[in-house]
Parts: sequence; structure tokens; C-alpha cells
Amino acid sequence: MEERTYKVVGKSFRKKDSMQLLLGKPVYMDDVTPNALVVKILRSPHPNAIVQEINTKAARLVPGVVDIFTWEDVPKTRFAIAGQTYPEPSPYDRLILDRHVRFAGDAVAIIAAETEKAALKAMKLIKVKYEVLEAVLDYHTALDNPIWVHPEEDWEPPCEVGGTNRRNLVASGVDSDGDVEGVLASCDIVLDRTFHTKAFNQAMMEPFGCFTQLDRYGRLHVISSTQIVFHTRRILSRALGIPKSRIRVEKPRIGGGFGAKQTAVCDVYPAFVTMKTGRPAKLIYTREESQIAGSPRHEMEIRVRLGANRDGKIRVLDLYTLSNSGAYGEHGPTTVGLSGHKSIPLYTGSLEAYRFGYDVVYTNLQAAGAYRGYGATQGIFAVESVVNELAETLGIDPTLIRDKNMVRQGMVMPAYYGETASACALDRCMAHCKEMFGWEEKYPVRDMGNGKVRAAGVAMAMQGSCISNVDVGSATVKLSEDGTYNLIIGAADMGTGCDTILAQMVAEMMDCSFDDVAVFGADTDASPYDSGSYASSTTYITGKAVEKACTELKTRICAIGAELLGCEPDAVVMESGKVRRIDTDQTVSLTDIAYKAQVNNTIPAEATATHSSPVSPPPYMVGMVEIELDKLTGLVTILDYMAVVDCGIPINPALARIQTEGGIVQGIGHTLMENVTYDSHGRPAERSFMQYKIPTRLDMGTLRVEFEHSYEPTGPFGAKSIGEIVINTPAPAIAHAIARATGVWHRELPITPEKVAMSIDGQE
Amino acid sequence: MDIKLKLNGKAISAQCDADTILLDFLRERGCYSVKRGCDTSNCGLCTVLMDGKPILSCSMLAARADGHSIQTLEGLQEEAADFVGFIADQGADQCGFCNPGFVMNTIALLRENPDPTDDEIRAYLAGNLCRCSGYDGQLRGIRSYLNSRKG
Repeated sequence: MEERTYKVVGKSFRKKDSMQLLLGKPVYMDDVTPNALVVKILRSPHPNAIVQEINTKAARLVPGVVDIFTWEDVPKTRFAIAGQTYPEPSPYDRLILDRHVRFAGDAVAIIAAETEKAALKAMKLIKVKYEVLEAVLDYHTALDNPIWVHPEEDWEPPCEVGGTNRRNLVASGVDSDGDVEGVLASCDIVLDRTFHTKAFNQAMMEPFGCFTQLDRYGRLHVISSTQIVFHTRRILSRALGIPKSRIRVEKPRIGGGFGAKQTAVCDVYPAFVTMKTGRPAKLIYTREESQIAGSPRHEMEIRVRLGANRDGKIRVLDLYTLSNSGAYGEHGPTTVGLSGHKSIPLYTGSLEAYRFGYDVVYTNLQAAGAYRGYGATQGIFAVESVVNELAETLGIDPTLIRDKNMVRQGMVMPAYYGETASACALDRCMAHCKEMFGWEEKYPVRDMGNGKVRAAGVAMAMQGSCISNVDVGSATVKLSEDGTYNLIIGAADMGTGCDTILAQMVAEMMDCSFDDVAVFGADTDASPYDSGSYASSTTYITGKAVEKACTELKTRICAIGAELLGCEPDAVVMESGKVRRIDTDQTVSLTDIAYKAQVNNTIPAEATATHSSPVSPPPYMVGMVEIELDKLTGLVTILDYMAVVDCGIPINPALARIQTEGGIVQGIGHTLMENVTYDSHGRPAERSFMQYKIPTRLDMGTLRVEFEHSYEPTGPFGAKSIGEIVINTPAPAIAHAIARATGVWHRELPITPEKVAMSIDGQE
Repeated sequence: MDIKLKLNGKAISAQCDADTILLDFLRERGCYSVKRGCDTSNCGLCTVLMDGKPILSCSMLAARADGHSIQTLEGLQEEAADFVGFIADQGADQCGFCNPGFVMNTIALLRENPDPTDDEIRAYLAGNLCRCSGYDGQLRGIRSYLNSRKG
């Protein structure tokens, strides 16, 4: 393993913005934008209906109401709101307002008023007559159902992903290697199991929100809580029918995203109001709207067939995923891919064959989107659970069965686009985690003698670092007159700390202090192009762009310095804030160089670089949990959760650790308490934090996170990603521990106390 | 209606509607640290101090603050600055949207109980949700602040 010593990289600096955030300074969308027209959305109570009549007369009479828009007022070009690189895999299946409403919560009218009170009063006075249609509420019956969620003629997929609106099919595909049925037939043991995960909500603390106004040139200026400024500009351009040069999108600080804000969930509404009225407009979703009309995880049903030998050698994996995209197709064709492509390769070590098939279907439920883990979370729950069941069935320690089968450094992964595991410390993660956790002592089930049982579970995980051959990251680095630097990016720090870790990279490259790097992002007018912060790409892709930009800037600084020193550029070197002429040891300071750059100069004291990658090196992880389970009430209490992560070289270990801890606690929430249920009209029951229970600080026990370093040769300073993988181990590890404690394998999330208690009753 | 209250130490008289929520009243007066994260008193983001005690400003009418003293993080910068750097050292500020409410409640905790145990900290702050940090980093930050005070 190649590991170098760095001055700034690998150190736990405070986040660039931390004191602003901790002292409550105004930095979020609603804090930094002026009062504006209040935009509210009237939403359909029906999951599938046609707006027959809509009467806004009485509503318009409410004092303070400025305008009300309905389906008749909006452009007729369909678009997608998924933040993805063009041509988007997500179908163009939306209008700003559609006469056909497709889920309970779909937008029916846009109200713009001087005050919130007036907007809400007007909302009550809009009279809508619906033709209520039968709805597709069960995703098992969606494919080839005579009811079409999208019967429209102008439904359009920007690229071919195997879908057609005539079958309620967003996407479909199959991928395989080897003789799956043949190997299955020759295995000693075949497990065939089906798993179900729900449409969990990101529940970021800042709800969706967007402000729009016309700037001093009369262009649409959008300040949005978004992970994707450039995609949002493209989406708005298509939706509103105005050129991209007429739109500027910027993000302030973001109060959490986790993928939710990788979709332009609410931006089109205030943007449309501003274009129509010429006035500033602001829309902030309520928590209820964020819950019922947001962009949650794709509900998936995953069938796994695993074939193995009696000695525990896993020879074949066959996965079929049915994914529920809800009423619109955002991220549907892509999330499903990760359920197979980022679960099966974990067992590359012994696999002789695999198959991964999928269908993604439309239903009349809330549209799903991107959520940290992006399908891998669902697939890993299924595959890791089956492997745990295999181990228990064969009587082999589940950590040993993984040692026997796991992917290792240097292996080619057929189920991961044929990529090589160029940096893989998964084996060391397992050994390290076992020791830290005390696996040998905690794995045996212990009856505590008071109706409570203690047990342990384990899971592995992987993710990617970027979308290979697609994601683009860029960075501009500029030298200032006092020898400090500006870093300008289009990636979006949503609390993750990317501004900070990218500044660390600049400081490392330019050999300056971390405090001498100021970061700005993201703004479509000012930032170099970046796909945005998603797909675990920012450290790996934008980080490499930073490294390249710094290399180029150094060359330019040397060229300007050489002019001052009266020699050729190759006769100087840049070292610790100076340029030195090698033969004479004369030096010039960066201040001299920066001032020279402003006088009679043609060499820019700045550089922009862009990066993309043909590979997406996976980070790896092992998680272990110890639970105490109350056999009477079914309550599962997390005692210890320990994890060891291989994210290559962590650029900022404190931030990498917090990412991991946060991801684990979100995963615990999905596994034990966060539920999504619907009434007979397809309305979600969990409409607020009263019903949608996310973990509090009393719910996660003791966390412990450590790292095993590997060195990824294609990453900046050896780094891979960290942001998403960390949510993947809790579900299978906790389900394993529960099975150890009760003998029952729960294959549907969440595993609530009620389900645990009932399953124990059912046995006795 | 007319109300009189002390906001961050300053006596103010204000006009507000009978149904104005305290949270909105405070933001209208530039107290942007006060955040709305839910509408159901579940998240703790809007925590402010009324007469020194933590309350959820989303669940109280502005009119009920009449005759009382309200403090937001804008008015307690120095008291907060004393310990929040320790949370920053852990990287536990993350997106930051929950920070003001959580910091306000921590101020209330430390005034009530200057030397809390880890379990007392968890219990007192249980109503302050955070979706980013996993909570442990916040706890480590407060713990290292307490340790630093003991010298």
C-alpha cells in the first residue's frame, strides 16, 4: 500500500463554516433572501384524478392574493426534475401543473400572495371538481396494469432504459455473467428469499425551499437549497422554456440533503411565479409537504437466490429487484441498478456466476428519488441478510464465511462493470472490526434472565466513488495579492464538509496554510461546471479537479516568477510560498508574483481544471451491532454499533467519522422505527415527525468508528468516497442480531417492536 | 394586538396578530437563528429561552411572550462561543440547521446542571433532533468542553 505523509490532508480541521453554523448566523435560503411573494401549492387529495373544473374566483378576492395558476397557465413541455447528467435516464413525465394528478399530494394550483395567511385562505377557497380514477397503489400489480399512470402521448424518455409508459414501466433490464441456473443446480444449498424495503424519507432538518427573483439584468435568479445548481438551471430552462443564459442558480448553506435535494423538488413553482409576475417569490415546504411530496427512497422488493457449497463457498447470486418509482420516474432507472451492482460484487472472491434483473414501475404514490445509498442500501440489506442466513444454516461463523468469499485487493469484479478492486481493505476492516467489537464474546446469544436477550449481527457494504464515465467535477484556484488563495467550485457542501476537505487539498498542493484558502460555491454564473454533490463523487472527482487545477496554477505561478527572476520557467521551483531560481537561489514572494500578475501580464494567476473518471472505486465497510431484545415487548435496544471503513485515505478523519456515525444512525432509523404506510387512498400516514420517527440521541447506543486505509491510485491523495456507504450496514446487521435472538429472520423494514413481538408469539 | 417584552435584553413594544407564532415573530425581528424544522413540536430547532427556560417557539403564540423575557442565540453569542468550538473540533456541526436549537438547549442544560453526566446530556437534549451527525460527535464536543473546564 502506497501511503504518503501530508501536511494538511489527513488532519481534522474544523469545517470552514462551523462557527457561523454553531452560532446561528443567517446562512440558509430563508435567512439570506428578502421577503417575497409567498408561494403555496394546492395539492390533490386523490391518487389518480383528472381536474375537470377549477374555480379560483373566490380565492382571487382574498386581499393579498396576487395570482393563482392552474394547469391551463403552464408550458406544455414535459420535463424531469431529477438532478442527472444530460441526457437524463429519468423520463420527461412532468408538467409544472398537470390536469392529470397522479398521487395524493400532486400539485393542482400555485397560489402567490403577499402573506402566508392570504395564500392559505385562498387555498381553501379554490374549488376543484375532480374526475376520480381508479389508482395503481400496489406496485406488484403495476406492470401491464390496464390503468396507466402516464397515458399521455408526449411521455418521453431522454435515453433508452427499457421503459414504456404503456406498461407502467419506467425501466427494465438484466445483466449476468456465467451459467446461473447450471451453477445453482450444482450447489449443495440454495436459499431463495424475498426482501422488502420502504420509501424512507431523508428527513433533512431544513425542508425543501427556493427563492426566485429577476436580477438587475432581468434574468431569473434562483437561490435554492439544492445539491445540483447546474442541473437545476437546465431543468428550469426546459420547464419554463427560457434559455439557460437567462437563469442563474446559486445555493447558500444547505440544511442537509442526503439526496433529497438532488431533485429539483420545488424550484419550478416559485420560478414560474417570478416569470409570470416579475416579482420575487419564495416557497418553503412544510414538514408535511417534505414528507408527502418530496423525493424519498425507492421502495423495493428484492428476491435473492444464493447458491453455495456446504463448506460455505458462495458460488452464485441471482437477484431480481422490483422498484416502485411512484407517480414520476425521477432516479428510477438508476437507483435500481445499485441494488445489484453494489451488493453482488462483495462476493467476487468465490462467485462463479451472477444475474441481476430488474423492473421499475409507476404507481399512484409519492414519486421516489435519490437517497444516500441510492439502491445499494436496499440490495445490501437483501444480500447481506441471505449470507447471514446461509452462515447460520450451515453453522459457520458469519465473519468466517465472509472471509472465505469476500472481494479482495486486485480482484476483477465482473458484477461491478469489470472494474478491478484497486484499493480494497475489506479483509482488514473485518479483522479490525471483529477485534474492536469483541465478536468472539458478543456473537453467542446471551439470555439475560429477565426476559431480555443479547445478540450480535454483522454486515459488509460497498458503494462507488462517482458515476464512472459520467460525473464531471471542476475547480478554479486563484492567487490573491497577499499570497492567499480562492477556491471556486460547483460542488455543493450540504453539511458534509466538502468545502473544507477541498480547501485542505488546495493547502496541501500549494504548500500554504489551510486558513489561507477561501472557498466559494456554488453558483452557475461563477462556478466552473460540476455535476453536483451526489453519487459519492465530490471528494473523488472534484477533489481530483482541485489537484489538477493546483498543478496548473503552480506552473503559471512559476512562469510569472521566472519573468520576475529573468529566467525560463523551467529554471525555477515553487516552494513554501516562494518561487526560487534554482541556479542563483534568488526568490520572489507570492505577493510579488500576484502583483506582477496585475500589471502588463498575459499569464493568469489562476487555473481551472476539470476531471472525470472511467472507474468508480468502491469504498468498503464492516458494521457490527450488539442488541438487547425484550421478548415480551419486542423492543430492540442498540447497545453498541461498531464499524470500520475503508474510504482510501480519509482527507479529514473527524469529518469522515461524523459522516459514518450519521449514516449509521440513519440506517438504524430505517431498520427499527421509520415507517411508511398508506391509507386506502394512497395517502401516506407518516406525515410529520409525530408519526415518522427518526432516531433521537437515546436510540443509537454507543457508536465506535475506525478506519482501515487503502490507497486509491486514481483518487486525490489516495481518497475514495465516504458519504453514502455508511448507511448500508445497519439493516442487515440488526436483522441478523434479531434473528440470532429470536430465531426469526425479518425480511421487511422497518422491524418494529410490534413485528418482533408478534413473530415471537407466532413461534410459541 | 400590542405586546411588550424583552428580546435579547432589549425592551420592545410590538404589534402582532393574535395568532402570530413566536417563531415567526422572532424571525421577523431578525432573529434568524430560530429555525422551523417541523410543525409538530418534535424537532427542537426553534428552541429559545423564555425567562431563562427553554421553550419551543413554534408552539407558542407571540402574544404569550407579553411581559416576559425571550432570548435567542443572537443574544447569547458569548455564552455559546464558550463551548461550540469544541463541537466544531469534532466536525459535529455538519449541516448546521439543528445547531441553534441544540446550542440553546445546551446553554439551558449547563446553567441548570454545570457538570452533567453523558446520560444526563442525552436525556436533556433528547428533543433536539439531528439527522446528520449521529449525535455522538455532539456529545463528545460537550464532554471535551466540560473536561477542559476541569483543567
